[in-house]
Amino acid sequence: MSEAQTIGRRRPARELASLESNRRVRARYAADRRLQAYGIIAIGLAIGLLGILLASLIATGYPAFTQTKVNLEIYVDPAKVDPKDPAQGNFRAIVRDALVSNFPEATTDKQKTDLTKILTSDASYIVRDYVVRHPETVGQRVTLPIAVSDPFDQLYKGVIPKEVDALSWSQVEWFERLQNRGVVVAEGGRTNLKLDVYIDPARIESGPPPTGDFAAVARDSLQAYLPDVHDTLLFTMLADNAPDAIKQRLEADPSLIGKTVSIALPVSEPFEVLAKGGTPKVPNPRFTAAQIAAFDALAARGLVHATFNWELFFNADSRFPERAGLAGAIMGTFYMLIVCFALSFPIGIAAAVYLEEFAPKNRLTDLIEVNINNLAAVPSVVFGLLGLAVFLGFFGLPRSTPLVGGMVLSLVTLPTIIIATRAALKAVPPSIREAALGVGASKHQVMLHHVLPLAMPGILTGTIIGMAHALGETAPLLLIGMNAFIPSVESMGVLEPATTLPTQIFSWADSPERGFVSRTSAAILVLLGFLVVMNMVAIVLRHRFERKW
Amino acid sequence: MVGYLVLAIVALSLASYLLGRRRALASVEGRQQELHSRPNYHGAYVAAWVGIPSLLLVLIWLALQGQVIDRLLEGSLPGSVTQGLDHDQIGLLLSEIKSVAAGNVFGEPSLVVQEAAERYGRWQAIARYAMVAAAFSLALLGLFFAGRRISPEFRARHGVERILSGLMMACSLIAILTTLGIVLSLLVEALRFFEKVSPLEFFFGLSWEPQIPIREGQVTAGGAFGAIPVFTGTLLISLIALAVAIPIGLLSAIYLSEYAHPKLRAVVKPLLELLAGIPTVVYGFFAVLTVAPAMRTFGDMIGVPIAPNSALAAGGVMGIMIIPFISSLSDDAISAVPRAMRDGSYAMGATKGETITKILLPAALPGIMGGVLLAASRAIGETMIVVMAAGIIASLTANPLEPVTTVTVQIVTLLIGDTEFDNPKTLAAFALGLVLFVVTLALNILALHIVRKYRERYE
Repeated sequence: MSEAQTIGRRRPARELASLESNRRVRARYAADRRLQAYGIIAIGLAIGLLGILLASLIATGYPAFTQTKVNLEIYVDPAKVDPKDPAQGNFRAIVRDALVSNFPEATTDKQKTDLTKILTSDASYIVRDYVVRHPETVGQRVTLPIAVSDPFDQLYKGVIPKEVDALSWSQVEWFERLQNRGVVVAEGGRTNLKLDVYIDPARIESGPPPTGDFAAVARDSLQAYLPDVHDTLLFTMLADNAPDAIKQRLEADPSLIGKTVSIALPVSEPFEVLAKGGTPKVPNPRFTAAQIAAFDALAARGLVHATFNWELFFNADSRFPERAGLAGAIMGTFYMLIVCFALSFPIGIAAAVYLEEFAPKNRLTDLIEVNINNLAAVPSVVFGLLGLAVFLGFFGLPRSTPLVGGMVLSLVTLPTIIIATRAALKAVPPSIREAALGVGASKHQVMLHHVLPLAMPGILTGTIIGMAHALGETAPLLLIGMNAFIPSVESMGVLEPATTLPTQIFSWADSPERGFVSRTSAAILVLLGFLVVMNMVAIVLRHRFERKW
Repeated sequence: MVGYLVLAIVALSLASYLLGRRRALASVEGRQQELHSRPNYHGAYVAAWVGIPSLLLVLIWLALQGQVIDRLLEGSLPGSVTQGLDHDQIGLLLSEIKSVAAGNVFGEPSLVVQEAAERYGRWQAIARYAMVAAAFSLALLGLFFAGRRISPEFRARHGVERILSGLMMACSLIAILTTLGIVLSLLVEALRFFEKVSPLEFFFGLSWEPQIPIREGQVTAGGAFGAIPVFTGTLLISLIALAVAIPIGLLSAIYLSEYAHPKLRAVVKPLLELLAGIPTVVYGFFAVLTVAPAMRTFGDMIGVPIAPNSALAAGGVMGIMIIPFISSLSDDAISAVPRAMRDGSYAMGATKGETITKILLPAALPGIMGGVLLAASRAIGETMIVVMAAGIIASLTANPLEPVTTVTVQIVTLLIGDTEFDNPKTLAAFALGLVLFVVTLALNILALHIVRKYRERYE
């Protein structure tokens, strides 16, 4: 017993089944499960963030895939269009007359101008292009779908409301604070603020009749109740006739000057609604009431409809969101990727083949390898600086062109392609080489006739992934000016200024018009679509053709 | 013009391929087996001699023509005109002459300019015809030289293979040339910048206001080029990004490599990699569209004002982007820890969690550190997210709720639009680019070094 006690003192007994030991084991396993839970939470967070990213892009982007249009019946007035030279007609007036003829109540110029703002500012060009293509329509009536302007497009799709909340939530909060203090009272169907008003002798002359800045007195008294609010919005709470209440009280009793007196001041219209439990609304300030009425009338007659927005793909860029499309950006990207591919594919393969198969092991090849690995990690914006200084500055190549963009991007993608090609070459088993060498092929023949064809699927996969990378690259393109405004795709070429999908996204994201928000998201969805297609092709190539040895 | 020339050279080259082939066959009267190399090689040999030198000549000619003609033009101007003009003004004069020569005449150009423009146009024409003539004569020379060598004994295949090797080596030299080009262009422009602004001010100054000088001789004409606030802003945003990415990336790597079922792993890993494949301009728009407004609303709710372009929004979104870098490199590092260490730990009765935190993580730490450093270099060099979501004005603050600016934002904002190479504003961008290049390169080399050293330890 005593021996057991000495042992016990030296080291506390740890029976495997004791309560304490069980607790300890449980705690250890709990820690293990906690770590596991953290891992699940981390993965959930990462994937959740990816989901939020895609969801918010889709949610804002899908409205841009439809476009609201008005089927407008247009009389192509021969007085305004010369049938011999239709391009020179006064189409602005034609569009205006066509629209206004639907609304005889609009008589003044201002009203008519307001109405034409329902249609896109490009409406006259749409009609002109149509008439130029169909000169026989001069003197006839034609019905054309004309895109509506951006605010009405958003209105029709329900992105922006007809009415907006009249009060900000801080205004509501101030009012609630006053209600909690029992200042807000309802009297005879009207809501008043029963305030202790200090009739400041510095502001009010005793008269009679009393004169002075009653409005300031009313404001001061309201401010005294909410001393922490420093916002002139506070005073919108008082109705326009609130100062009159003070004035009437003073006219009845001039002796109140210099005293504090309780006066019921009427609240303004929106707060009246709020006090009665409603949500005060005002018409959206982006529209006039007449515009909304006219637009609703057009919609009621079935003339307004939303169609799939082919213009998003076939129009070039425009200052007006409802007319802006991606054709220019897609063309520019296409030209640029062609240049990029034409440069980086052969150069990348040649460099990889040399380094993998022919290069002697020496200082120079070591230096090249180190360089390639490091270039893969250089920030892409630095390649933009290189392009700016060398291609544009030193060689004087034309700015903003797909040629320069493709050259810069080929430098960005070269390391990727070289590394992928080397991996693909390494994967070809030595037996192939040895067999070819054995029947007398030269080293170059082994390479060109046997190894390269076998490695080609892997090389192509790497190249496509490199191209997909180049497709998403933005920063270097901004530096060499590839965010040009391209309103027409006709004059595009490798040596003409161009824009690309990512830089177009950047320019649209910077535009203040609301319609460009959903256009930007839509453009991003198109870009992601291209990326998905390219990666799918790469995956299919890998699965179909890549051989396992 | 140049396009047609190149096409013509290619066509000539093809023709000489056929010519060389036929000549080789003719030299043995059709008995192929008497040739050392197959006729195709003879053709290719001739084609290479015709095409490659003349194409190279055209490229070099095009690269240098502008510079040479500019020098000639500058030298041809009468001394009375150029006297007293500095470098910039001469540049202006030259561009005026060029625009007059191109037919864009604004106002009444002086007689000197008109004469010079005429001269310029003439020289351009001469240069063009000289280039065509030189290219064709070089091609013909090549045809003559190579054609004469064709004979049954001629080892055309060896020649072609030597040329091929040379071409491949030249292609692999492009990697070095690119690095050289980056270093030289950044260095040259940065040195020009440091002639105008002292390096002391740049590296230690606290005020960054690179406005364009509006008037000649204005007091603040140079602007202020103290880059410390830009550096601290970059650091702040990168730290926020790492603070988001390290826990998420590391924990998901631990889960995926140690706990997850292989099927789950096969699904989740590509999804995480997807985060790295999304173009950064998309992340930038996401930050502006969703994250920044959400943060603002949240800030309003708890009564903390958060700037719409706060460092937190930009850094947080950047953190999402670099999660896969950290997770996949940590995953590799953890998987690379030898089986024996794991088994040893289990044999001692450790739980899986204890094995991870006490054995695997310490053993994998160098690899994880390497991953973190690579991610940090990504974060510092990342451009579009910060250009769209972070501020432009450089303020010296450590508050993540305030807007700050970064090196890459400054590079892009200073260089967007038309650029003049003599402006300290433009040159400042190159100085910043040099700093960026050096820092990211150093981080990369360090990271690769750590990763490699660690790998050697266990192999």
